[in-house]
Amino acid sequence: MPAADSTDTVDTIEDPVSTEVRTTTYAKAVAAALRTAMHADERVFMAGEDIGIYGGAFGVTDGLLQEFGEERIRDTPISEDAIVGMAVGAAITGTRPIVEMQFSDFVVNAMDPLVNQAAKLYFMYGGNVEVPMVLRLPGGGGTGAAAQHSQSLEAWFAHVPGLKVVAPSTVQDAHDLLLAALVDPNPVVVVEHKLLYKQEGALTPRATPEDSPAVIGEAAVVREGTDLTVVGYSLNTHKALDAAEELAAEGIDVEVVDLRTLRPLDTETVIESVCRTGKLLVTHEAPTAVGVGAEVVAAVAGSRAFDHLLAPIVRVCGRENPMPYAPALEAATIPQTADLVAAMRALAAEDV
Amino acid sequence: MPRHDPTEPSGALEALTTMWTIRRFEEALEDLYSRGMLHGTNHLSIGQEAVAVGACGALEDGDFITSTHRGHGHSIAHGADPEPMFAELLGRETGYCGGRGGSMHIADVGSGNLGANGIVAGSMTLAVGAALSQRLLGSSAVVLCFFGDGAANEGSFHEALNLAAVWELPVVFLCENNQYGMSMASDLSTAGGSVAGRGAAYGLEGVRLDGNDVIAVAEGVATAAAAAREGRGPALLEAITYRYRGHSKSDRNLYRTQDEIEEWRTERDPIARFEARLLEEGRLDREAIDGARQTARERIRDAVKAAVQAPEPTVDVLEEAVYARR
Ligand SMILES: Cc1ncc(C[n+]2csc(CCOP(=O)(O)OP(=O)(O)O)c2C)c(N)n1
Ligand SMILES: [Mg+2]
Repeated sequence: MPAADSTDTVDTIEDPVSTEVRTTTYAKAVAAALRTAMHADERVFMAGEDIGIYGGAFGVTDGLLQEFGEERIRDTPISEDAIVGMAVGAAITGTRPIVEMQFSDFVVNAMDPLVNQAAKLYFMYGGNVEVPMVLRLPGGGGTGAAAQHSQSLEAWFAHVPGLKVVAPSTVQDAHDLLLAALVDPNPVVVVEHKLLYKQEGALTPRATPEDSPAVIGEAAVVREGTDLTVVGYSLNTHKALDAAEELAAEGIDVEVVDLRTLRPLDTETVIESVCRTGKLLVTHEAPTAVGVGAEVVAAVAGSRAFDHLLAPIVRVCGRENPMPYAPALEAATIPQTADLVAAMRALAAEDV
Repeated sequence: MPRHDPTEPSGALEALTTMWTIRRFEEALEDLYSRGMLHGTNHLSIGQEAVAVGACGALEDGDFITSTHRGHGHSIAHGADPEPMFAELLGRETGYCGGRGGSMHIADVGSGNLGANGIVAGSMTLAVGAALSQRLLGSSAVVLCFFGDGAANEGSFHEALNLAAVWELPVVFLCENNQYGMSMASDLSTAGGSVAGRGAAYGLEGVRLDGNDVIAVAEGVATAAAAAREGRGPALLEAITYRYRGHSKSDRNLYRTQDEIEEWRTERDPIARFEARLLEEGRLDREAIDGARQTARERIRDAVKAAVQAPEPTVDVLEEAVYARR
């Protein structure tokens, strides 16, 4: 599948993307991974609403149309069900589609192809078919976009056997996990918090998808500490780290675990940490009830870490209401760093 | 009887004043946004006023509308008060939704406005249900369902048309074809060449209207609404119009030329055209037209003034906000 406006794509495949270490944004790290994959594998193509000349609603695909042409950067009609269903059909017949959902909220229009088709085909058909597709979901609140454009729906997908779900928090992980998703033979949902797109960080770009060291299903201890374990993912990992930094000044030593993948969940890294600290706080932006955090808590409570627990487990997650528009109400719905500082301080002080 | 007939002097004055009110309302939003007083994003319908005003004016009291993400004009044309609309956009307690909804979710169900919707085509099947309930309740109300050219590519569009047609429900589906769905030209996304043409698949005639001619829209909707009210089933109308502003705040307008925008603004502006026609045909004089502009300007100025002074909601309202109580 050559680029539409070029006949010598082979030349550009030789040395497509600079692997120079640099400081860049989360959005650009995602774009770099997309470029790497597109150059490395002709079967890779992208589809989504306004991903061409518009550059995507959040600018992630800016410039890709010019680089790869409209055969491979496919602007679609506003038809989420068809876009994801098309991707499933393409994936089972030899190509590797990457779909950008314009806002994660709209994926509910595509739940059938994602949940009943993509997640099930490999299993149902006895392993006769693989569904190597990637679905990118820009989600989360804090942008004043209200109830239908601010959700964190990741628990929905993490609940479905057959799907994999990653939720990178850092620039490097956004790059590496997307590449790992692209070489995975299964449907992978990539959760990207909209407020992360402009965050800067160091990036070591990979030359090919196979060079990515990221493993889907591995959490990371991103800050070591002894007093309590805080588990988060995506944007909330940063909030947890900020809160930990603030508490360090008070002599409270917080360990932060970034889940990075939500399905399959790396419970072992969390259990291991809680065995050391004896205290657990879980945070995410999605509503508390039946969230990914509930699974983390259950895994810890049902493990050897149970005997090490020195205090009740705490969750600092989203309020149980749809995302409101008014700034003060929106802020109250989303767990803020200050909420984490207060909850972590209180948990650290729990007498044992 | 339609609420107002734009071919009569009083109806024309009403329609013109409402079109100006919508335009001034949205210009005021741009102003508030540039001063950092509005957060989030919003979708402006500047250039499309004739569709909202012609269509809502052709309804009768008690009829319903369902709206879209680009819904300020629909609300105002259906009779909404600009003050609680501003308050909603400013996130204030006195807004139509208490500040919980914002631009994309303004609704006033009591007056038959079943709400703007942030999901493209999201309200189309709702319109079908509203029409069914009216029939079950023995009401003769019709439902006017606004949707965009882009929405016609959602599955919901087809499911809504089919269901309304097989059940012969009183829904007037009105496509506001402003040529684009975000950056996607409607020509490139619409197989078959027109949205109206898709009506044939559901046994509906499918009528194209000049969406920048308020009288043409009013007549088209009045005819369709009358038929629906008599039990002759739904209608599919497609009003051709144009959006001057970007899709939303993030739009860099890379997918169309400035010339194209200018051409629509200078040659086909729905308000300028209506004013010129009224003068030419002697239905309103200059003084009356200036009066309409003045009325709209004052309404908007007063509404903004009041709305910015309204209190912000407090967090405790969220407790009671999620579930209805018996
Ligand atoms: C289900 C869904 N998909 C995508 C979007 C993002 N989106 C919002 S408006 C829009 C364009 C809609 O085009 P059209 O229906 O023509 O209405 P217009 O904006 O032109 O008024 C898009 C893609 C959405 N809100 N909902
Ligand atoms: Mg449109």
